[in-house]
Amino acid sequence: MAVAAETTKWSRRRRLTWARAGRASVPYWLILPVVAALTAILGYPIYSLVRLSLEHYTLFELIQHHGQYIGLKNFSSVLHDQVFWHTLLRTVIFTVVNVGATIVGGTLIALLLVRVSGWVRILVTSGLVLVWAMPQVVAVQVWYWMTNFQNGVVNYVLTELHIGNYFEHDWYQTTFSQLGLVTALIVWGALPFVAITLYAALSQVPGELVEAAEIDGARPWRVFLDVTLPILRPVLLILTSLSILWDFGVFTQPYLLIGQAHINPSNYLMGIYLFEEGYLKTDYGRGAAISLLMLVMVAAMSVVYVRKMVKIGDVD
Amino acid sequence: MSSRVLRRGGWNTVGIVLFAVMVFPVFWMISTAFKPDDQINSLTPTWFSTSPTLHHFADAIHTPFFWTDVKNSVIIVLITVAIAMTLAFLAAVALAKYRFTGRKLFIVLMIGIQMLPGAGLIIPLYVVLARYHQVDKLSGVILTYLTFALPFSVWTLRGFIIGIPKELEEAAMVDGSTRLGAFVRILLPLVAPGLVATSVFAFITSWNEYIFARILLNDQGKQTVTVWLSYFLGTSRHQDWGALMAGSTLTAIPVVIFFLLVQRRIMFGLTAGAVKG
Repeated sequence: MAVAAETTKWSRRRRLTWARAGRASVPYWLILPVVAALTAILGYPIYSLVRLSLEHYTLFELIQHHGQYIGLKNFSSVLHDQVFWHTLLRTVIFTVVNVGATIVGGTLIALLLVRVSGWVRILVTSGLVLVWAMPQVVAVQVWYWMTNFQNGVVNYVLTELHIGNYFEHDWYQTTFSQLGLVTALIVWGALPFVAITLYAALSQVPGELVEAAEIDGARPWRVFLDVTLPILRPVLLILTSLSILWDFGVFTQPYLLIGQAHINPSNYLMGIYLFEEGYLKTDYGRGAAISLLMLVMVAAMSVVYVRKMVKIGDVD
Repeated sequence: MSSRVLRRGGWNTVGIVLFAVMVFPVFWMISTAFKPDDQINSLTPTWFSTSPTLHHFADAIHTPFFWTDVKNSVIIVLITVAIAMTLAFLAAVALAKYRFTGRKLFIVLMIGIQMLPGAGLIIPLYVVLARYHQVDKLSGVILTYLTFALPFSVWTLRGFIIGIPKELEEAAMVDGSTRLGAFVRILLPLVAPGLVATSVFAFITSWNEYIFARILLNDQGKQTVTVWLSYFLGTSRHQDWGALMAGSTLTAIPVVIFFLLVQRRIMFGLTAGAVKG
């Protein structure tokens, strides 16, 4: 009797454990397809990237499906290349200028949106969303047309506004001017997201706080620094990290706007450098070394953003 | 009081100027697309054409491979979105409804992968896909698009599923439904708008994608619309700005329409939690 009771208890407990184990495995079954897919299409290529970077791998090896192990030679070749260091420096400056302009411009637009009448706010926001929706490749073509030296509208407007004589001015002559155009294009395209996100955050700033500060005689600049900025800080941090990551790894806009014909080591950005050196010159091993260096830099820069987002994702 | 009105008027003026500057490139694209050639090539620009024409659109549509490339883009995008949504939905349910060991690592991966620059991945993806004869095939492009569509969809869908009150699901279970029954009858209809929004956004990202399509598809009959547009000027001897802008307008139209539909629902995905939308 006692023995029988003991066995039923046991078997019930075992059944419970099994049921619990079954239930506990559910989330793993649910994430399995995504994990398997990403392992195959991303994990395996990244593993190959590491291997490639240690191999002599050109078009010949690609056809043979077999690289030749050469140790760290690709890395030492890249790190001893002046072009790499110049490109890195240029990309860092480019990123700082682009991110700075995007964040400052976006903040100013957001502050403006708080101050205008309702209908102007709707007008500006709709305009921003329209710009935001423009595909990058389309935006590049429009930019290219607007800055055409013969009958581009930018030259006409600048001349008409007496900013200078821009008649038949060629914007694609110097590196500075080329990257300046790319910057204008990128900032134009990035402003809407930043401005609208910051405006949403600003609308959470309690009006009474600002008013109280103003009654206390605080100047607008102090109000911004002491009341508004602290509330915006978390959002600004996320937007800045995102912009850094996007601008550092940028490819489409500089590649298409500067154009294959005008691209050369003097105007390389990181993404273009590895495209030219690795893909176009079919030196995949060396290209892999550059890619790996670039990915490591981006991973290091994304720590702030990822940590912040994971904290949010982990809580709820 | 009057100084306040005046200041408001000043800000409004700044706002209107800002609107004009920001929207101008879009306006100029559409305006050029409808303008006759002599007005486009004149040294003094015509702001609004009084004699609009559709012939640039006809030219753009009749360039070689336009329809083939549109078809390729549609096929790539639809398959990418279908696969991404199916797989990602399951993972998003796991993230939203279960706590499990490794959950944090999974979240890190989903966010981290989205931050990888596409340029950094072209070499390994090209070499691996070439090894499996996936270069110049739409399937190869679909696989590369899944690398960003999957993590993005998992992360965004998770946000939508969390938004559904647990009580609704529990109420259904008390009424005698199984967990699966509760899921199908309660959760799915509530998540549907989120599914649509996420699909549309994945659609837009894939439609706009350029770099992978550029390196993986060299055969002219296998390219996507963005690659078609990027080569547009190269294919004509003189620079046909009207047709280029018409082609640009055509490429942008589906994206703009879809974007306007879902922008409000999606925009906070990237900054989720930092701003309460």
